[in-house]
Amino acid sequence: MPTRMFGEPVKRREDPRLLTGQGRYVDDIDLPGMLHAAFLRSPYAHARIRGIDVSKARELDGVVAVYTYDDIGPVKQRMPLLIPRPALTHPATRYALARDEVNHVGECVAMVVATSRYVAEDALELIAVDYEELPPVVDIEAAVAPGAPLVHEELGTNVAAHYVGVVGDPERAFREAAHVFRERLVIERSAGMPIETRAVLAQWDEFEERLLVWDSTQAPIVIRNALAALFSLPPTQVRVIAPDVGGGFGCKIMVYPEEVLVPFAALTLKRPVKWVEDRREHFIGTNQERLQIHEAEIAVDADGRILGIRDRFLHDAGAYTPYGIIVPQITACQLPGPYKVPNYHVEFRAVFTNTVPVSPYRGAGRPHACFVMERLLDRVADELGIDRAEVRRRNFIQPHEFPYDVGLIFQDGAPTRYDSGNYPAMLDKLLAMLDYERLQREELPRLRAEGRYVGVGIACYVEGTGIGPYEGAHVRVEPTGQVYVATGVPQQGQAHRTILAQVVAETLQVPLELVQVVEGDTAAFEFGSGVYASRSAVVAGSAVALAAQRVREQGLQLAAEELEVDPRDLVVEDGRVFVRGAPERGFTWGQLAQLANPLRYAYAGDLAVRPRPWTGPALPPGRQPALEAVEYYSPPHATWASGAVGVVLEVDPETGMLQFHRLCVVHDCGKMINPLVVEGQIHGGIAQGIGGAFYERLAYDERGQLVNASFMDFLLPTAMEIPPIEVEHLETPSPLNPLGVKGVGEAGAIPMPAVVAAALDDALRPFGVRVTRMPLDPSAVRALVAQGRASSVAE
Amino acid sequence: MSATTATKLHRVRVTVNGVRYERDVEPRLLLSDFLRHELGLTGTHVGCEHGVCGACTVLLNGEPVRSCLMLAVQADGQELETVEGLAPSLEQLHPLQQAFWEKHGLQCGYCTPGMLMTLKAFLAEHPDPTPEEVREAISGNLCRCTGYQNIVAAALEAARLLRQSS
Repeated sequence: MPTRMFGEPVKRREDPRLLTGQGRYVDDIDLPGMLHAAFLRSPYAHARIRGIDVSKARELDGVVAVYTYDDIGPVKQRMPLLIPRPALTHPATRYALARDEVNHVGECVAMVVATSRYVAEDALELIAVDYEELPPVVDIEAAVAPGAPLVHEELGTNVAAHYVGVVGDPERAFREAAHVFRERLVIERSAGMPIETRAVLAQWDEFEERLLVWDSTQAPIVIRNALAALFSLPPTQVRVIAPDVGGGFGCKIMVYPEEVLVPFAALTLKRPVKWVEDRREHFIGTNQERLQIHEAEIAVDADGRILGIRDRFLHDAGAYTPYGIIVPQITACQLPGPYKVPNYHVEFRAVFTNTVPVSPYRGAGRPHACFVMERLLDRVADELGIDRAEVRRRNFIQPHEFPYDVGLIFQDGAPTRYDSGNYPAMLDKLLAMLDYERLQREELPRLRAEGRYVGVGIACYVEGTGIGPYEGAHVRVEPTGQVYVATGVPQQGQAHRTILAQVVAETLQVPLELVQVVEGDTAAFEFGSGVYASRSAVVAGSAVALAAQRVREQGLQLAAEELEVDPRDLVVEDGRVFVRGAPERGFTWGQLAQLANPLRYAYAGDLAVRPRPWTGPALPPGRQPALEAVEYYSPPHATWASGAVGVVLEVDPETGMLQFHRLCVVHDCGKMINPLVVEGQIHGGIAQGIGGAFYERLAYDERGQLVNASFMDFLLPTAMEIPPIEVEHLETPSPLNPLGVKGVGEAGAIPMPAVVAAALDDALRPFGVRVTRMPLDPSAVRALVAQGRASSVAE
Repeated sequence: MSATTATKLHRVRVTVNGVRYERDVEPRLLLSDFLRHELGLTGTHVGCEHGVCGACTVLLNGEPVRSCLMLAVQADGQELETVEGLAPSLEQLHPLQQAFWEKHGLQCGYCTPGMLMTLKAFLAEHPDPTPEEVREAISGNLCRCTGYQNIVAAALEAARLLRQSS
């Protein structure tokens, strides 16, 4: 019997190192002669730079170099626009060091390189910058008003992109609808906030004649390609390694100014240079996400079936658009969620503000979409007196309707086409977990009779995962019997070294311990794009599966030749390839790797060196000296995971605090490679989603200053705020990829604002509250209650 | 202020994980930087440098402290314990480490050393905690990956293992 490793909750192979303090994050690497960089950042949201005087800083003992825009040679060009789109008519990217204007607090103005970080920071205080303050643009609604000050004067507008997507005939649907409901819905600024900040260490390796960069990034290949182009080096002369990375959540996929400036300094000074972002820098220097303001309306028939949706929204792009308009585009495409929306008009404007640039943060536009859709459905249910679960059931795409086309082009340029799912079963399972019927009939009325404010909310979501363009994998059986696997996707905690090893171990039937996965090193694998959009397991996993399958076929072929049998008479089990029914006639994988390679082995192990059974060249045409394969997987389009979440929570109207009684999730990410890892991803996403529902709001004042730029003021949920999470799974395989898997990385974060809003409404029904904004906090909840009380008095 | 390089160095003598170290350091050097970059004990991580995230937690004379909120000179003459000292040997993990591995209590691993050190001190005083007590104990340690659930499970499992072995 083959041993099953795919789908098993095996312990992570990453852990022993990380648990014993042997992890290697960028800042853990100290090189001889290493220098330290620090950045002077703009204290103003919008200002012109009239002059910079660095002379005093240059004189400070220990300072090796000070750079301003004029000093950075090839880096003087604008940073790249990573993802252009036709709708992005007015893009803007920054200079690595501000040239003559700063557009957000935190923008890099000068770089100091010194013998220690402490000295480098001393030197920052000696730099004098003559700023002329310009009017800051902070409020996105004000930014699109006529006569608003402009973030980028030269563009003539604050609107970076205007996108319109239309499916069916929304005008007619709204004309003919029995009911139309409108909502203004707001999701505020937030950020991923990995516990490890960004970090870059660069060295010109004069022995290897190579630029060597360790970067806490989700996309080392992208960085490698950018650096090679920027410095006119052959790509093979640039090696970028993402070593252990302490969380990413989207914000570490970019080409940031520091990621080119630190290598530039190392090249120029011919000494290693390290920069590690501090937390304050992270708050003002690393991309953020979330703020959107939606004016949404839904048209339904008398039974609550959706006839159409119209949504117009403003998306805060921040000061620059290095990552294009991916986030609002995802919002637009995913807004319909698991429901049939036959007529749909979506329109957004991405608006420049003098704030930190916006790029994806876990969820990447999806929490916004889910919040809008689910709020609209709750409204329909409440207005028509239909149970909130029932209104969802009436609108689900049915299992037989896949593949299902939403009708818009998704973020990857492919159709928004759902591949598979079973949404009714998902909701039924959730309702069973919640014991929904009894909850509604008995428990909630009982608690409410005690004067307690308890409510239930449910929310359903889809997640487009595993998008292209492609990823690749290299799989090789070593003559030692170990299996080498390399891919282009680095991890930030997603257990690639375990789950990709499981895929290979299953295919070759070798013990997991023999599979070594190398990731995040451009010297090991040079093609691919990185970790985003919940795609590693789907895209890299599929590439690994294809490569492992080819190696398996090579092994079968070779064994068949050696044993003079038909390959179909061979089986692969217990780390060996042997004749069915005659296990003694066969080879271990290590033996096969040795047989493949017509060399004499210094340590032949259990395989005696034997004469070749053929004459002529040692490697006849078509034969390779290793059992190895490189394969790529390119998905036709995203594969769509889905989920349903339900919460029961209690509100204290006096303090405004929430308490979760239950938090239940049913998630369907197709076939699971490792349920332990899947559940970990869901837990983490939900915790971030709870942050996005009740704690994490980045607050800019009218001058564009981020007023809560510390962990004292911007509250990440602690273990006290996150309740126990109950998870159950559905496994509806994806028909798109060889493993049948779908991504799970962002799942948990998507529905939490929607579901917390729903439960809050329900808990606060006596006050007639409708939650239309996320995240809330205790004072916002108290304000809602006060507002409800006031309006009930007025009536 | 260009006095930095003229700053007088101070002798710091500490015992870390049972090993004695002596270094001359600037008075402003953080204990976290001292451990990581002077002693090469990089298992202690730095997440915020303002005492909130808890990633840099080490034990000072058995008590958990934030090594980013202390100067190295303040640790002079004292005993420190970091994550590198937790496992009894290269082959054997500490029950806390074992339990974190078993229960998938870590993802990116960055907050993990701080969690482990916080929990080591906590479990020494609370050998049989409730889940709620564990949550409170680690509420000064931020984790952005796990949602804490498996960390709580790991702490309870570690407590059980420790009770068994004592």
